[in-house]
Amino acid sequence: MPQKTTNIFVAGVGGQGILKFSNLLCEVAMRAGLDVKKSEIHGMAQRGGSVTTHVRFGKKVYSPLIPQGSADFLVSMEHLEAVRHIAFLDREKGRLIYDTCEIDPPEVYTAQRTYPKDIEERLARLAPNRISVPAFENALKIKNPRAQNVIMLGALSTYLSFDDSLYEEAIKRGFKEKYVDSNLKAFLLGKELAKG
Amino acid sequence: MNKKFLSGDEAVAQGAWEAGCHLAASYPGTPATEILEAVATYPEIYCEWSTNEKVAYEVALGASMAGARALYASKHVGLNVAADPFFSSAYIGSKGGLVVVTADDPSMHSSQNEQDNRYYGIAAKVPVLCPSDSQECKDFTKLAFEISERFNVPVIVRLTTRTSHANSVVECDDRAEIPVKGYEKNIAKNLILPMFARKLHASLEERMLALKEFSETTDINRVEKGEDGVGIIADGVAYTYAKEVYPSAWFLKLGMIHPLPEAKVRELASKVKKIYIVEENDPVIEQAVKAMGIGCIGKEKVPRVLELNPDRVRQALFDEEPAKIDTGDVPARPPALCPGCTHRPVFHILSRLKTVITGDIGCYTLGALPPLNAMDTCVDMGASITVAHGIRKALDKIEDAKQKDKKIVAVIGDSTFFHSGMTGLVNAVYNSSPITIVIMDNRITAMTGHQQHPGTGKTLMGKETTQIEAAEVARAFGVKHVWVVDPNNYKETKEALTEAVSLDEPAVVVASRACPLYDRSQWKKPYWVNPDECNGCKICVGLGCPAISFDAETKKAKVMPVLCTGCSVCAQVCPKGAIHASEND
Repeated sequence: MPQKTTNIFVAGVGGQGILKFSNLLCEVAMRAGLDVKKSEIHGMAQRGGSVTTHVRFGKKVYSPLIPQGSADFLVSMEHLEAVRHIAFLDREKGRLIYDTCEIDPPEVYTAQRTYPKDIEERLARLAPNRISVPAFENALKIKNPRAQNVIMLGALSTYLSFDDSLYEEAIKRGFKEKYVDSNLKAFLLGKELAKG
Repeated sequence: MNKKFLSGDEAVAQGAWEAGCHLAASYPGTPATEILEAVATYPEIYCEWSTNEKVAYEVALGASMAGARALYASKHVGLNVAADPFFSSAYIGSKGGLVVVTADDPSMHSSQNEQDNRYYGIAAKVPVLCPSDSQECKDFTKLAFEISERFNVPVIVRLTTRTSHANSVVECDDRAEIPVKGYEKNIAKNLILPMFARKLHASLEERMLALKEFSETTDINRVEKGEDGVGIIADGVAYTYAKEVYPSAWFLKLGMIHPLPEAKVRELASKVKKIYIVEENDPVIEQAVKAMGIGCIGKEKVPRVLELNPDRVRQALFDEEPAKIDTGDVPARPPALCPGCTHRPVFHILSRLKTVITGDIGCYTLGALPPLNAMDTCVDMGASITVAHGIRKALDKIEDAKQKDKKIVAVIGDSTFFHSGMTGLVNAVYNSSPITIVIMDNRITAMTGHQQHPGTGKTLMGKETTQIEAAEVARAFGVKHVWVVDPNNYKETKEALTEAVSLDEPAVVVASRACPLYDRSQWKKPYWVNPDECNGCKICVGLGCPAISFDAETKKAKVMPVLCTGCSVCAQVCPKGAIHASEND
């Protein structure tokens, strides 16, 4: 791994497994011998609201928060959330990895407004380097809707230089035995999806 | 030695365990909750959810009097509840180490204010340690036990959200087994009659002088050599932000901010031309440094409101504003009551009864938000009942019927009721207040992630125990009108609430059903809307359930099966009977 700190900003909606995603990723980085920091918010903010985590690893990490414009990867499990947190992405060198699945915010499900239709146009302007991963759609296909996060992890892994065995170990330790196989499959599926 | 990836909260628990801690007591509150949850994984430590923070503090103090190493933990405002015994304990001191962990919440991610609890250390004359990452959370907790016993004083370990809920790599050690010293009567120390307290205050001032010496020599306060003429004094997580954005500066890294190591401040001042103080919230260090006659730049540059981050610190130090990015309009995604939440029907009914609704602290505070709009006030734990009583007594003084005849309803959660609602209820009965108290009994402390309480029937350590019923408590307190209803039975709940608010005496309605996230066994198959029967009236949408949405094109409501828990409340409020249970359920 390079000496520079790698910054990964993870975004989504409460219930999408963002914290689990981040925990698995941090475990991989720690087992690879790096200094790792992660920051997240619990409590009231979590009840169906936007959920984000900051993951940072490298030789020595000070701040648990990623400075704006310096995320090497912005991973978003939801379409609108990618736009909301785009300021964290390094627009030149960073990459947006996102799912286009859409979850209605309160103003939308209470019929006060509609879900924005121009998200792709905005992302084209805001994040030139981006790859969309239909993780939720594929999680439904493999009849495991909760595996969206692990599919996204598989997609992200193709851009990092950690050995696959580290992810496999993290998944084995991170899930109950009966869920390990399906999540290992989801991880591999994510890698395939990232290759397009 | 092994390495673990721990949150600051978990690291405090690990530190307490390594330090041989015998007892830990707390009441849940973000961002401190996970401290006791992590302590509960170590069988060597007796731990409990106390009914409130004052109780928890006194439990820990009692254990310390008996010579045990004891840990108190709470969120910042929890220490307000425990402030009375906390101040006394500074005089009394500690026989067994007494460590007071406060987790502050700059930015109020899940709190009603962003008070700076470092002031508590200064006000009560207690040392304050401020760790900057999980390793320090563990190390400082251990050190705090040593300081507490060596200097006969409780010690504050002050976390913030970004230390509590940030994970980093921690090198862990084994537990030191330290015997409990045992209890001996010592009234000159443990009984603070004025005649003893006067001596104890003098002794506390001496203890603080000794602690000042310690602060000058401990390596958790250290000057870090830099390359140019700028020095930064920083504590807690703010240190990591400053180090990130200005690695070449000189630093005075403060692990112990009170008493302040003045010689080290002077040492830094002698090396640099300019000093910045980078600290979150209030200018605690800054005021102390300025009082020494040393010039520094603080709150005129470093924001006092909301938490710091690398970008805000960079702006303060270099006047560099973060780039503004035009994302276009992004609809907000605030927290909301969950699908199937048992609070929703109660608020839906109350908002239609046109009463004044005094609220309290918990998930149900979200009932204040649209579309329910069913809350007028929220102050602190337990204030729903007492504020309702105060409003009632004030309106009684007004002749105008519009004011005088207003109905006042207090809404309080079950855990909050046991925390500090009971004394308010006794007061309302004693002082004859015709208010209605709705106890939102979902059997658990839901907001903070499902912690046990006296109504749950289980302790933090997993033991079965007496289950205290809120309705029985109300009857024992002399409330004559008590209902227990199932909030998911809309008609039953509406009838009870309607009758309760019509009475001229205190009335209690307990809306009792387990939080659906806590007890998923009650989940049923998703409901569905028959579009041929739906007339697009949006009454169901007015429940604010994330599982119900309205299709602007077809002008029909729909239920999202992935989110629906099958609570049936939308079907009960639909005037057309257009919402149905799945057939095979």
